[in-house]
Amino acid sequence: MVHHQPALLFLCSSGGMDVIFTLQGDPSLFVASAASQLLVHMLTFSLESETSKALSTKDYDWPACAQMIVRHIQESLQSSSASHMEQSLKLLSSLFGSCFGSCYAAWTEVLWLDIAKQIESFLLEEAVPAQPLLASLLLNVARSPVFCGTEGSFWALVTSALEHLTPVQAGPLAVGLLKLCKCPQDVRIQALTVLLQPMDCILRAASQPLECAGLLDESVSDPGTVESLLSSKTTCAGLLCQTLAHLEKLLSLKHLRVDLPCVSLLRSLMTILQFCNGFLSPTSPLGSTISRNLINCCRVQKSALDVLAALSEEKDCDTLIGSLFDVLLAYLQSPNTSPTVLKKTFQATSKWLVHVQELSCSNSQWQQTEKILEDVFVVLQKRLCSPCWEVRDSSLEFLTAMVKCLRGQKEFRQCLLSSEVLRLTENLLEDPESYVRASAVTAVGHLALITCFAPESPLTGNQYNKENIVAKLQEILSTDSEGFPRRAVISIFTKWLREGCTGQLEDTEQFVSRVIQTVERDLDWEVRLGGLELVEVFCSQTICQLSQCPYAPVSSAVTSSTPQKELLQVFCRAKLFGFLFGSLCDCDKPVGQRACDVLVGLRGHFYPVSTLENPQEVEDSPAGRGIAWLQRTLRQGSLAQNFPRDGGGGVDFQNPESMMLALGAIDLLELHDELNKSSDHVEESPQSLLQDILATVGTIEDNEVDCY
Amino acid sequence: MLDCGLDMTSTLNFLPLPLVQSPRLSKLPGWVLKDGSTFLDKELKECSGHVFVDSVPEFCLPETELLDLSTVDVILISNYHCMMALPYITEYTGFTGTVYATEPTVQIGRLLMEELVNSIERVPKAQSASMWKNKEVQRLLPAPLKDAVEVSMWRKCYTMPEVNSALSKIQLVGYSQKIELFGAVQVTPLSSGYALGSSNWIIQSHYEKVSYVSGSSLLTTHPQPMDQASLKNSDVLILTGLTQIPTANPDGMVGEFCSNLAMTVRNGGNVLVPCYPSGVIYDLLECLYQYIDSAGLSNVPFYFISPVANSSLEFSQIFAEWLCHNKQTKVYLPEPPFPHAELIQTNKLKHYPSIHGDFSNDFKQPCVVFTGHPSLRFGDVVHFMELWGKSSLNTVIFTEPDFSYLDALAPYQPLAMKCVYCPIDTRLNFIQVSKLLKEVQPLHVVCPEQYTQPPPTQSHRTDLMIDCQPPAMSYRRAEVLTLPYKRRYEKIEIMPDLADSLVPLEIKPGISLATVSAVLHTKDNKHVLQLPPKPPQPPASKKRKRVSDDVPECKSLKPLLSGSIPVDQFVQTLEKHGFSDVKVEDTAKGHIVLLQEAETLIQLEEDSTHIICDNDEPLRVKLRDLVLKFLQKF
Repeated sequence: MVHHQPALLFLCSSGGMDVIFTLQGDPSLFVASAASQLLVHMLTFSLESETSKALSTKDYDWPACAQMIVRHIQESLQSSSASHMEQSLKLLSSLFGSCFGSCYAAWTEVLWLDIAKQIESFLLEEAVPAQPLLASLLLNVARSPVFCGTEGSFWALVTSALEHLTPVQAGPLAVGLLKLCKCPQDVRIQALTVLLQPMDCILRAASQPLECAGLLDESVSDPGTVESLLSSKTTCAGLLCQTLAHLEKLLSLKHLRVDLPCVSLLRSLMTILQFCNGFLSPTSPLGSTISRNLINCCRVQKSALDVLAALSEEKDCDTLIGSLFDVLLAYLQSPNTSPTVLKKTFQATSKWLVHVQELSCSNSQWQQTEKILEDVFVVLQKRLCSPCWEVRDSSLEFLTAMVKCLRGQKEFRQCLLSSEVLRLTENLLEDPESYVRASAVTAVGHLALITCFAPESPLTGNQYNKENIVAKLQEILSTDSEGFPRRAVISIFTKWLREGCTGQLEDTEQFVSRVIQTVERDLDWEVRLGGLELVEVFCSQTICQLSQCPYAPVSSAVTSSTPQKELLQVFCRAKLFGFLFGSLCDCDKPVGQRACDVLVGLRGHFYPVSTLENPQEVEDSPAGRGIAWLQRTLRQGSLAQNFPRDGGGGVDFQNPESMMLALGAIDLLELHDELNKSSDHVEESPQSLLQDILATVGTIEDNEVDCY
Repeated sequence: MLDCGLDMTSTLNFLPLPLVQSPRLSKLPGWVLKDGSTFLDKELKECSGHVFVDSVPEFCLPETELLDLSTVDVILISNYHCMMALPYITEYTGFTGTVYATEPTVQIGRLLMEELVNSIERVPKAQSASMWKNKEVQRLLPAPLKDAVEVSMWRKCYTMPEVNSALSKIQLVGYSQKIELFGAVQVTPLSSGYALGSSNWIIQSHYEKVSYVSGSSLLTTHPQPMDQASLKNSDVLILTGLTQIPTANPDGMVGEFCSNLAMTVRNGGNVLVPCYPSGVIYDLLECLYQYIDSAGLSNVPFYFISPVANSSLEFSQIFAEWLCHNKQTKVYLPEPPFPHAELIQTNKLKHYPSIHGDFSNDFKQPCVVFTGHPSLRFGDVVHFMELWGKSSLNTVIFTEPDFSYLDALAPYQPLAMKCVYCPIDTRLNFIQVSKLLKEVQPLHVVCPEQYTQPPPTQSHRTDLMIDCQPPAMSYRRAEVLTLPYKRRYEKIEIMPDLADSLVPLEIKPGISLATVSAVLHTKDNKHVLQLPPKPPQPPASKKRKRVSDDVPECKSLKPLLSGSIPVDQFVQTLEKHGFSDVKVEDTAKGHIVLLQEAETLIQLEEDSTHIICDNDEPLRVKLRDLVLKFLQKF
């Protein structure tokens, strides 16, 4: 309605505005928020539709509707009612965050000048009201192009907010400011200081009084506030978790326009982690209080480990690596470390191990690296035997992560091969927990790249030979009762194929053929989808090899003068087509789509692209009749029952000529469109989601309204 | 007396008792004093820098100096670990009271005692060392022998007849059962969640309640969960038996236990678990039941060796009513509540009374052996330590928290086998205590001094101490505490016929008063008001009265007085009656009125009035009547 001027006028003249103003305070948050959004739309639209312009900040004339809203905002801001004031701040925040802030620069400035004094007075009050709203408002205003310049009272106000808001409320504002490109550098530094204050306090609290080696030279707001927040059991963990989450966000930014004091930050993180496991005995009373608040606090441990992992990509932390690994190993070794914290510790450890490896490559300090790796493998062996499946699972994930990053390093391979880890990992292929089996499959798959697929495989003997491992994983693929391990197997097979581990073309063909025959009967659609991915990789590799792709090594086995024919023969022998055409009728849409994509790709290889839109006519021959049957069957899509892959219906999926014909005749593009239209495009709509929610919670008047 | 535990750490000062003669132990050199004196070399042996007494291990008894144990009327037992000193008390101190404990506590306590007696009696030692206990000699010994307290009071183990006699003095009780003690207090055991039949106790009178919280656990293990609600409204809560290893989380330790066990066995080594025959072993077996298949250990034999192994495994299955809810419901299926039954059925767990006989035929390696005693000083564990100690493939895993594992291992050094310390103590930790105290809100908490300060080795861990308001009252060894409450009221029963005769007067709405004239009859701490006996009837016959008919002589009833005496008015009255030299002095409790000429003194206090005059009865009576004028009579 508010996209129509008469409606807007009606609302303004009929008292409708007052109703909307009142609805901002509705007990239902949905209604209140909708009312606020509506006012934002109305104000923006009234500016759009009327000709009045803000010529300068002194010479302006709000359109009637906008004027009502602005007056309401001003009155509410000055009102003694806290709820009115909050509603007004919310509205302002939404307004500046909407296209109003970015498209109506002059009006933005006018409105801001109208309210700036009031906002400033809020900040100067002893107890700053509605702190989160003020922070969000200032951030939204800061994002507006109006305040591009570094001069001006606005940034002074932002600085004042950083000083006066509590550290918890100032945090989101500070992160927002640090992400802005146009924020003045001094404000940016202020913002960073606010974020680092709790970390600084931790460092100071942990050190001897004389050392006082903090992280900051000076603080923005009263350091006493941070100290008292960290001293209280109820606020300590909250403030640290928030700060750590902000720091992690900053570390993930590609271009941070301020320098993070990474070394001190790392030291502070290590201190937090040591407080949490009770390994640090602080001498200051503040340190003792913080230590007491943090002991066994999993939330803080997890957040700190996240930041620690992110920090591994920063430079200059090398001097602390020894003590950092002491902390990480203490966590890995302690039986008191909870499974979730252990998982995070593993993640941080694997990231830092990569860093240590890089470092030792450059400074040749292999001894330290070897010692760390030895310690890590000892604890990994123990963790792989844990009775807690989560621990076994994250240990395997950690092992996989290490193999991925470090398999090229000699020291790593030596440590790995001299440990019990290989044997333990293989045992876990039979773990009773399916997640663990899946992780074990992935780990074994990656380990095989070191143990048996490497050209200079260091291990001999039966246990780690290629055939045994392939057979073991094949067995899991065909017999495991749970989907996760089977999915893991198929993705490992695809990885092996990509990395060229499956041998010469003949071996690969047989391997793929065996896998396809297992996968096509799988009840899990993700496994079938994984099978199609394997087929896709196989096709592209074979095409590359047989078509003498300039980048592919020429296989001596390929002597045929007609590579196309040879290709088709290979694909038919590998029984690809039965699987691909059968998958077109799969009851799970993604499988059908993927199969269609692969077939479109193959057709593109065997036929000129121009023929794709004009499929060939089918001749009236036995082969042609088979193809016609196939066309009919494919049109039924997933309704086609018992798709015969073994030549039933007159189609011989292993006959190269027939398949060539089928690729040319079947309208794959049409099929592709059909598959895209299948049922779940309806199911994924927001409306469907709402219906699901209502169906789950049961429809009663209240939630229907809220859901609406 | 609350509990009577036995301090067995004293045994750590002794050499182990091997089942068969150990060449290594018998070759240990005698200890020689710094000045070269060798008079102790028969009693003390040196092993890897530690000195041990070469004698039958002795135990440190509960404090006996402080009070005469024959005056103890009742002993309340919390759990089977806290009754190990019972025979020393019931058989040696003249104790004639009653011991209260639950049935599983007594049965399993008996098993523990039986195992202890058996382990020590089956390897008699000819030699008995006592010279080292001489105070002058002890002073010369190295630590820890030098610092051992009250060594003269250490005693050898009791015998089975003594155990039987001690246990016969126990009266069995059930949870929430109210037991009257001499009419003075009522005691009630409550489930404490720590072990089969373990109890906390409530000791209450009509107006006061003291809770005794001993070994308790809030974790979900096999026993019935802890009853917290009944501890509410306590005047005093005596708190003891907290976890000995507050930094070790039992879940983490079980994980550590399993991982180390699996790693050792996979490498072809044997695992030795020194343990008690009951308690945590049930949970460990349950955990292993779930773990061994996943860890590929299905073919590894588990041996449980103890003279009471069979009884312990069987008893655990029959105490259904004392188990946690899950296990109780299994009984109705019907299934055995503990899965160790299945382990036994499938031959994965085998139990033997000793290493002789069947065990030596069945013994296969690598294996896992559970056996006692956790101190490593006696029991079959000594044999396995000697057998497996030399190989680094083997591992000894300590799960019982009662003994320092380093001290336990000292006489076996140098040792090649791996040692892992996974103390599993499910008793309350400080976080749980803090929650418990917030929940039950006792007016006062009384606890050992150790709980009110961080552990000495981790002085920065201020989280490892009791934090409550008001601060807990702490006690140390041999300290006498006055509990912070006063008994102000007693409940008195009124006999129905007396109650019937009362005539209540409503003095203000809802409050009525009645005067009661009765005889207070007190017997066994019960107070009863009975109708006063009727005045004696003139004898109906001239028959001589029998003694038993003699009723107490009933004096004429004096009126009851109430009210206070206004001093000014009293003085005026005195003056009116001719006392001219009246002088009033204020005292802390009231006033003193002096009649100087008559040398008489009237003490007026809040709850008493005294007239003190020498040999002038008429004056006293006169003054008394003047005083009485100011008081109301009932």
